[in-house]
Amino acid sequence: MASRDTSIATLERVWADRPGLVGWFTTVDHKRVAKRYIVTAFVFFAFAGLLALAMRTQLMFPENRVLGPDRYDQVFSLHGSAMMFLFAVPVMEAVAIYVVPLMVGSRNISFPRLNAFSYWMYLIGGIMIFAAFLLDIGPEAGWTGYPPLSDSDFSPGKRTDFWAQMITFTEVAALSIAVEIVATVMTQRAPGMTLARIPLFVWSMFVTSLMVIFAMPAVMLASTFLITDRLVGTQFYNAAEGGDPLLWQHLFWFFGHPEVYIIFVPALGMISSIVEPFSRRTIVAYPAMVLSLVATGFLAFGLWVHHMFATGLPPMGNSFYTAASMLIAVPSGIQIFCWIATIATGRPVLRVPMLYVMGFFALFVLGGMTGVMVASVPLDLQVHDTYFVVAHLHYVLIGGAVFPLLGAVHYWYPKITGRMMSERLGKLEFWLLFVGFNVTFFPMHYLGLAGMPRRVYTYLPGLGWDVPNFVSTLGAYLIAVAVLLFVVNALKSLRRGQVAGDDPWQASDLLWATSSPPPPYNFARIPVVANRHPLWADETGTPATELAVVDGVRSDRRELLLTSPVDAVPTHRWAMPQPTIWPLWGALALTVLFVWTVFEEWGAVWGAIPVAITLTAWFWPKRGDQGEPKEAA
Amino acid sequence: MKRRAFARGPVLSAIAAALAGCDSRWSALVPAGDQAAAIRGVWDLMIAICGTMYVLVLVGLAYALLRRRSRAREGTARDPAIVAALVGWVVLTLGLLSWLTAASFLADRRLRDGRGEVSIRVTAKQWWWDVEYLDPIIARNFRTANELHLPRDRTAHVELRSGDVIHSFWVPSLSGKHDMIPGRVNALLLTPRVNGYFRGQCAEFCGLQHAHMALDVQVEDDAAYRAWADRQRLPAVAPTDAAAQRGLVVYERAACAICHRIGGTPSGGRVGPDLTHLATRRSLAAGTLAMNRGNLAAWIVDPQHAKPGNNMPAVPLTPQDVSDLVAYLSELK
Amino acid sequence: MTRTLQTVADVADLEDFGFGPRTLTWWAVVGFMLIEGMGFVLAIGAYYFLLPNENVWPPTAPVPPLFWSTVFTVLGIASEIPNVWAKRAAKRLDLRGVRIALSLAILFGLAMLVVRWFEFDALNVLWQRSAYGSIVWALLALHTVHMLTDVYDSIVLLAIAFFEKFDGRKFGDTSDNAMYWHFIVWSWVVLYLVVYWTPRWL
Ligand code: HEA
Ligand code: HEA
Ligand code: HEC
Ligand code: CUA
Ligand SMILES: [Cu+2]
Repeated sequence: MASRDTSIATLERVWADRPGLVGWFTTVDHKRVAKRYIVTAFVFFAFAGLLALAMRTQLMFPENRVLGPDRYDQVFSLHGSAMMFLFAVPVMEAVAIYVVPLMVGSRNISFPRLNAFSYWMYLIGGIMIFAAFLLDIGPEAGWTGYPPLSDSDFSPGKRTDFWAQMITFTEVAALSIAVEIVATVMTQRAPGMTLARIPLFVWSMFVTSLMVIFAMPAVMLASTFLITDRLVGTQFYNAAEGGDPLLWQHLFWFFGHPEVYIIFVPALGMISSIVEPFSRRTIVAYPAMVLSLVATGFLAFGLWVHHMFATGLPPMGNSFYTAASMLIAVPSGIQIFCWIATIATGRPVLRVPMLYVMGFFALFVLGGMTGVMVASVPLDLQVHDTYFVVAHLHYVLIGGAVFPLLGAVHYWYPKITGRMMSERLGKLEFWLLFVGFNVTFFPMHYLGLAGMPRRVYTYLPGLGWDVPNFVSTLGAYLIAVAVLLFVVNALKSLRRGQVAGDDPWQASDLLWATSSPPPPYNFARIPVVANRHPLWADETGTPATELAVVDGVRSDRRELLLTSPVDAVPTHRWAMPQPTIWPLWGALALTVLFVWTVFEEWGAVWGAIPVAITLTAWFWPKRGDQGEPKEAA
Repeated sequence: MKRRAFARGPVLSAIAAALAGCDSRWSALVPAGDQAAAIRGVWDLMIAICGTMYVLVLVGLAYALLRRRSRAREGTARDPAIVAALVGWVVLTLGLLSWLTAASFLADRRLRDGRGEVSIRVTAKQWWWDVEYLDPIIARNFRTANELHLPRDRTAHVELRSGDVIHSFWVPSLSGKHDMIPGRVNALLLTPRVNGYFRGQCAEFCGLQHAHMALDVQVEDDAAYRAWADRQRLPAVAPTDAAAQRGLVVYERAACAICHRIGGTPSGGRVGPDLTHLATRRSLAAGTLAMNRGNLAAWIVDPQHAKPGNNMPAVPLTPQDVSDLVAYLSELK
Repeated sequence: MTRTLQTVADVADLEDFGFGPRTLTWWAVVGFMLIEGMGFVLAIGAYYFLLPNENVWPPTAPVPPLFWSTVFTVLGIASEIPNVWAKRAAKRLDLRGVRIALSLAILFGLAMLVVRWFEFDALNVLWQRSAYGSIVWALLALHTVHMLTDVYDSIVLLAIAFFEKFDGRKFGDTSDNAMYWHFIVWSWVVLYLVVYWTPRWL
């Protein structure tokens, strides 16, 4: 029979990682994995940002010769690829790995070993592509990799192969997390957390994960076709043999469009998380917010053709995609409205996280407006593939996702580290970033309209593009200073930040019900919720004095409480795996397979053997992992 | 003067004002043709609607932050006024978006209005443009490169093809862009209304020299256009002075003739641009260098300097050969 | 600020294993089925996207013959018998039943893999030949990879059933494994119609 021993000491012992370096490699604690995931993503961001600086330096003057065409092409391709595949998507998922289990009041993520495996895949994939870049085998056909430019005739060598494999690595990682999050949200919510009581960030990650599940297979398929075209001579994209370059574009954008919302939707959840405590009231019109998230996720799959208006598709089809693209402004508009209404009817406090949210409003809405502009077929025919689109994409990606992300880092930092980030540095960093961002990217609207195409390594003097490019480059350096300040702030506060306490912002969700940083088991006793704001006594932020909990989840082994998908009624207790090294071996085995395949097609066959071995070892029953039928016990 | 009259339209934005200061011969906002003008109309509407909505959001935000708060209204979570405002907001956005969609649809139709009176086939190659003028009488077809001449006030039907990777044909002053995709044929209508020079540029990333893949567009009166076309149909004149005659020999003896064509000589290469009337063009190597003797010599001596990675190799030649070649090529009027 | 904790329920009596959507593993299997199903849907989409590029379909090859593919399909549908049996045995926590049914299901799987070999051969077109060759190879290969994975997974499960303690969670896994085999079988039926019947109905 289950033991009722709930002593903290037992929990500490049972959930402890192995000591030292071994523990580092074998941990399956979602928080440890998430932390390294976040840090890794920011490191890749810094690298990709340095590449951006290199580009801006090259474009500072007409006919500059800092980077030649060959290097420039690799630089912008890797910048775009790394920002999208190695920074923006992973960092959102990484934050979710940390936050979601805590927000739903659970002790770990659903599949902790898969989680660890996902990180290793991601890390190896990222290192591989940057190493390839240093060895002059970086990607060279843009983050969109259109064939025939990316096929073996026009991109000989291994550059595009490494790029396509990098995509495979990151997709495996991202898909794993998506499945984990779906399972966590569906079965691990605290008792009483019905669908209508799920925190908005959790909703946003749920929607995001479903989008990942439905969108990423498209790019996996596209890149696999590309790899086989290049390595074993299939003809998918070869127009001369019945293939079609547009097949790639359809598959890529069927993924690529949802991809940008996969980045953006988590950011929406972050904003809701921040706006609520800093307005000191619950979010206005919660059902409308949830529906907007779901609608955004749904609509995102009907828009991909708006990236292909210039390819010459039938006009009626194009108009349909214009209408659908415009429609997606409605859910965004609803959320903007609800946040503003929340702030208006609350008591706003302008701390640094909230400042970033303000930045989001100013920048994202502008980027959204240019989005609506490019959604119009005729207008897009003018600005497509120009710096106008570059401006749009950075306004929505940085304004719409990076600003909320930085806000969220400031906001959740005390939970993760136990200390606050500096408010003074934070403000400085925000304003520098805000100004630098606009100086960099606003002139690009003008450049695009003035005829400057994107992806050019240089331009001729006398076209009127010199001054805006120069200004833009200065702005990029300003951004770099701001990023540096952010890094300094994050590192310095680790040691010297003010001690945070459990709930420094007096927020409403379960994340803040445990200590900062949380213990390895998150919650000694599983909380029970009766409304959307378990830590508040009412809707205006009065702290609650009581928290309901359940008894009976074992503490003498790693155990979770499962609840039903809709009503969150407790259904099972569920044993969780111990620390293990096998996910790492599995990732390494898969790496061997992928890299081998780049050089020889038989690698896909022989490489599968170590993969099978490691996965078998992973799933082979280990003592203490599993449940046992009561009858049999 | 005429151009100004055409470009006058509702000048709504600061951006357009700023553009007036810059060169309008490659600006999407200063139209010189019917198609670009239709698009400019959409732009004006967009700026008006999106600009207003943007300001509205910022004003709302400022109000939310700055409004005076009274204790009495706190805790009003389900205020019916908010719900009503939300519904109003959604209706407003839906209405405006429908308007924008309808306007786009109509403008898109205008881009396809009309029939081509002049028929041109442009085939993009890495990194230059092969241009054929098509005539119902096949013998009257002719070929040139990196340059487009269009008669004003007549609609040209431009057929777009690719010889290798995807490129995109874009002359901002005249119309939006259209991709050139291997295995597909696209088309574009251009109805220029203003005489003069306009710059076009390849807009789809097509490899190393995507940056240097510009296109010179010359719009002129119908008569001037016809005169130009008639001249292009003629083969190249035989060189007269001695240097040029030697240049022709060099051209035929060195590798040039393998890749290039000069009408009236045996050479018929299609790998590089047609050079028959090279000297009448405005620029060299797809808008990369101005057309003059110095640049021509520099290009032939080291094509990889101005345009690293392009598909023309440096052919080993003596300085004398180069100067003879340049003398010959400059005579190709 | 301190919060007092109030115990409102005791869950010690709940089972620690189970079947269906209330368990974690079920969601994992469903998640991966969705991912792979989406892969199949898109690959089928690619097939129909390439089709209009040709005047005759299939180009560069005869219409793929039905013999081996139909044998495969029949075997697949028949394999549902031991598969459902294994699932039911698992739900009854009947270890002997699981052992027998799973062994049978694996035998079916292996037989199907052998038939698949002949099927590739009977396509009469290589992947390099044309986009048509590429896409039919891709569809078949995609399905084969999934099948290989599940047959291997079943073998591991069977090994555990014989050599390790087969606890409640393992019965749950057996049931989820059977669900995945449903996916393999029925996704094939769709692919069979696409690859072998599209050219006939065209
Ligand atoms: C976070 C990422 C993100 C987000 C959120 C968006 C949001 C939108 N994007 Fe963007 N987009 C990108 C990232 C993103 N985009 C990227 C990376 C590319 C380039 C890819 C590449 O080629 O490399 C791109 C390119 C791109 C194109 C192709 C351009 C081209 O290549 O020619 C188009 C075309 O329709 C488009 C449209 C839109 C639209 C309609 C929205 C909408 O969702 C915006 C909706 C929001 C608002 C409109 C603001 C709030 C609403 C209101 C205040 C209501 C009132 C508004 C009105 C009445 C107008 N985007
Ligand atoms: C989330 C996504 C994201 C982000 C954050 C950025 C950030 C930036 N981007 Fe990028 N960008 C893209 C996504 C993104 N971009 C995409 C998808 C493309 C299209 C690619 C393609 O066409 O294929 C693109 C393309 C693109 C171009 C067009 C290239 C071309 O078409 O030729 C340019 C040009 O200026 C540019 C600039 C910048 C700049 C200046 C930043 C800056 O904001 C960067 C700021 C960051 C830094 C400056 C780093 C600072 C780091 C340090 C100071 C180091 C400190 C660290 C330690 C000490 C540990 N980007
Ligand atoms: C291997 C093929 C090849 C050979 C040999 C070659 N060229 Fe070229 N040439 C090209 C290509 C390709 C271009 C277009 C380059 C570009 O703009 O990207 C070109 C462009 C040019 C241009 C510019 C044309 C224009 O329309 O702007 C001139 C002039 C020229 N070549 C002259 C020569 C001469 C003279 C020789 C011999 C000494 C020569 N070429 C040899 C392939 C070749
Ligand atoms: Cu041709 Cu870009
Ligand atoms: Cu999009």
